[in-house]
Amino acid sequence: MADLTTDFLGIKSPNPFWLASAPPTDKEYNVRRAFEAGWGGVVWKTLGSEGPPVVNVNGPRYGAIYGADRRLLGLNNIELITDRPLETNLEEIARVKADYPDRAMIVSLMVPCEEEAWKAILPRVEETGADGIELNFGCPHGMSERGMGAAVGQVPEYIEMVTRWCKENYSKPVIVKLTPNITDIRKPAMAAKNGGADAVSLINTINSITSVDLDTMSPEPSIDGKGSHGGYCGPAVKPIALSMVSEISRHVETRGMPISGIGGITTWRDAAEYISLGCGNVQVCTAAMTYGFKVVQEMISGLSDWMDEKGHTNVSDFVGQAVPNVTDWQYLNLNYVTKARIDQDACIKCGRCYAACEDTSHQAISMSSDRVFEVIDAECVACNLCVDVCPVENCITMEEMAPGTVDPRTGKVVEEEYANWTTHPNNPGAVAAE
Amino acid sequence: MANTQLTPGIAAGRIGADEIAQNFDDLHAPFEPHEAAVASDRCYFCYDAPCITACPTDIDIPLFIRQIQTGTPEAAAKTILEQNILGGMCARVCPTETLCEEACVREMAEGKPVEIGRLQRYATDTLMAQGVHPFTRAASTGKTVAVVGAGPAGLACAHRLAMKGHDVVLYDARPKAGGLNEFGIAAYKSTDEFAAREVDWLLQIGGIEMKLGQRLGSDLDLATLRSTHDAVFLGVGLGGVNALRAKGEDKAGVEDAVSFIADLRQAEDLTNLPVGRNVVVIGGGMTAVDAAVQSKLLGAETVTIAYRRGQDRMSASRYEQDLATSKGVRILTNAQPVAIHGNGTATEVEFEYTADSGQGLTGTGETFRLPADQVFKAIGQTLDGMPDGLTLSGSKIAVTAAGRTSLDDVWAGGDCAEGGDDLTVTAVAEGRDAAEDIHRKLSAG
Ligand SMILES: Cc1cc2nc3c(=O)[nH]c(=O)nc-3n(C[C@H](O)[C@H](O)[C@H](O)COP(=O)(O)OP(=O)(O)OC[C@H]3O[C@@H](n4cnc5c(N)ncnc54)[C@H](O)[C@@H]3O)c2cc1C
Ligand SMILES: Cc1cc2nc3c(=O)[nH]c(=O)nc-3n(C[C@H](O)[C@H](O)[C@H](O)COP(=O)(O)O)c2cc1C
Ligand code: SF4
Repeated sequence: MADLTTDFLGIKSPNPFWLASAPPTDKEYNVRRAFEAGWGGVVWKTLGSEGPPVVNVNGPRYGAIYGADRRLLGLNNIELITDRPLETNLEEIARVKADYPDRAMIVSLMVPCEEEAWKAILPRVEETGADGIELNFGCPHGMSERGMGAAVGQVPEYIEMVTRWCKENYSKPVIVKLTPNITDIRKPAMAAKNGGADAVSLINTINSITSVDLDTMSPEPSIDGKGSHGGYCGPAVKPIALSMVSEISRHVETRGMPISGIGGITTWRDAAEYISLGCGNVQVCTAAMTYGFKVVQEMISGLSDWMDEKGHTNVSDFVGQAVPNVTDWQYLNLNYVTKARIDQDACIKCGRCYAACEDTSHQAISMSSDRVFEVIDAECVACNLCVDVCPVENCITMEEMAPGTVDPRTGKVVEEEYANWTTHPNNPGAVAAE
Repeated sequence: MANTQLTPGIAAGRIGADEIAQNFDDLHAPFEPHEAAVASDRCYFCYDAPCITACPTDIDIPLFIRQIQTGTPEAAAKTILEQNILGGMCARVCPTETLCEEACVREMAEGKPVEIGRLQRYATDTLMAQGVHPFTRAASTGKTVAVVGAGPAGLACAHRLAMKGHDVVLYDARPKAGGLNEFGIAAYKSTDEFAAREVDWLLQIGGIEMKLGQRLGSDLDLATLRSTHDAVFLGVGLGGVNALRAKGEDKAGVEDAVSFIADLRQAEDLTNLPVGRNVVVIGGGMTAVDAAVQSKLLGAETVTIAYRRGQDRMSASRYEQDLATSKGVRILTNAQPVAIHGNGTATEVEFEYTADSGQGLTGTGETFRLPADQVFKAIGQTLDGMPDGLTLSGSKIAVTAAGRTSLDDVWAGGDCAEGGDDLTVTAVAEGRDAAEDIHRKLSAG
């Protein structure tokens, strides 16, 4: 049986599944139950400075995007950081950590962008015995209007500065949580690194309006007829987050930096994908909020079974395994030629592939009067759209053309050797291969 | 000339081999992966799910369905088998419409529950097809336990004990293990020798020595078993059959439904199995339905189930009743048999209509006759020859919730013990729970 124990920045946890900083980790009651359910660690709901607690709206905080059977695909929120007194949270953190020494306990922080504010809170966090801190530079709503959260996370200089203050005033690992609401995710990651961060975590939520009520003309969630953009999370954001994670894993300056992956992780497979792209562990919020803490059991059994199947004994065995395969477009092999193939036995004759290809693509599928759909190799550019829209799994597949055969579309012989855009004759900047 | 549905009396081969093969094929075809994905996607992963409560073995149904959803049917199978080692058979034979699927919130909401039974089969079939046995034995405890009866109760008990490190000797009177899984369950619920394959798979745990052809009461006696083992579990089922108490019950053509079904289950070739042109089945339970439906599938021209009370009192579920009528079986209620007519061989059954006053059943005096070449008695099974020293409760062995009998080293479970619903799944639950209790007791010293 695979060993799911992970060591992230020297912080051990029985599995790589942590709960992200959010309502599930906002209080002792929740976190205790989460640990009982099997979660490996938590990042406590973001704490703010001492003083009158934050105020949340008193109407709906969430909006949602659904699949046809009301499966929740995306969630949006306008919640702020914890609205409970600092002292209460710190006492609870200390108590829970003492009772669960084997679980990771990270404290998320967001205080004003002034050194004094950080100097005031860090010693108090240190006293709780928590394993580390996470700097919330990501919250895209409310707090950012007050110069915190994403307002800091969008300015690399601030990230570096605050991170440095934290490293100077706190002895344990510092994780910087990044906002995706930025054009180039590598910039804040580099800033965090330069400030001395031990790791980055990403993503926080994405600016979003989930929908507009067409009767009241109010964005959802509606507070007395008005709405504000919120932060988007859940399964829908995973592709965006995966790409950002991969950029940090690949970039020369941030490569090898420990990453805690976040964003839409709903199943063991999502987690494995994040880990393969370089994450040392993962954090989950929406899946727990949708299905309850028990959902971690499936993540644990699934990851463990898959690792057994692949012969991985430890999670670290496959951290970053997919990173070398993420490349720039210009390096993709242009001599890799495929054609779509329709399995006539599996085909149910719906014609979706035909609609997609005939109306919007390359007119590379023929349709007979008795609804037989066939690929016209001379037209097929292998775009994959028919595969993607076909309702029957594996009915349409992509078949690689053997080197030496002639591609009827181009009339050219398929070459065995790898060749990419950088050397392509059509590329004005091509460098001839030596 | 070959026989047809109209051939008088009792005859084999009333319909062609192909038609018979088709009739006895899987009642529900197994799910294809895509179907399983769609079916599992309907589960809401309910909190403290009602389906778990409704399952006598408390399988964590939402978890196993989520494991199917996320592409790990083998993990799903483990979740099932941890609670119910005969999860494969239960997936086929459980009346889910009165158990988990009845409790499903989508049954309440839409009248269309998540298809839990078929999903359970998808998961367990996937694992078993890989020949994987997902459990291993604990270190040997040096204790031995005699388990009598290799039906669902005995098998579940033996497996759990073996897993805990005890050595088990599993005795059964019959030449084949499996109990009613092998000899009773309708053929179209357990196709392709599933019962036997499941037993072989279960025994892969190791530590279970099977002794077949050993009957407690003749080949074995309880006193000896008790003195040569640290504990004894009895899972002997119900071997006896209730009498009809109708005139002419001894005529040829009047048979026990369970014997007919056992013959059917063991038949090498169903085209050689004789069945009446006109069949009458007396009873209102699952056995009655199975005997009736299978008679029809073998080619009987008319098949009637006659039950003495109202339809709402039948113990066969509405789903089972609908299955019977959809196969062309007629269900007659409020009719009790008074005599079987015929010259040595049954030709007709005479019934009297009944009325249920609430105080009891009374005949109305109005009678009628149905033609019958073959009459099956399916009016309940009884405990058959229990060893002395065991306290009975009603007609079954008295037990506590953990299966303890009146003898301190003897446990019992399944159909032979009081409580439970006389279902495969309750037998499994009782066998498993008794094993846990035996283990606790043996571990205590
Ligand atoms: C026709 C029929 C159809 C059914 N269909 C269904 C169904 O679809 N779904 C469902 O859930 N339930 C069904 N049931 C009920 C289900 O089969 C039983 O509840 C279940 O098999 C009980 O398990 P058991 O282990 O207690 O007993 P059994 O399955 O009866 O096993 C008892 C075993 O003990 C052995 N034995 C008996 N006496 C002795 C002895 N003296 N010494 C040694 N061994 C002995 C027997 O040979 C047998 O192998 C059906 C029952 C019948 C009769
Ligand atoms: C209601 C809600 C509140 C959140 N609050 C915080 C917070 O206080 N601090 C923080 O760093 N992230 C917060 N997040 C962001 C999550 O920690 C996480 O980064 C994000 O939801 C993406 O993960 P997911 O797709 O698994 O939900 C919040 C998310 C939600 C849904
Ligand atoms: S989940 Fe529903 S009941 Fe609970 S606080 Fe939110 S709105 Fe209220």
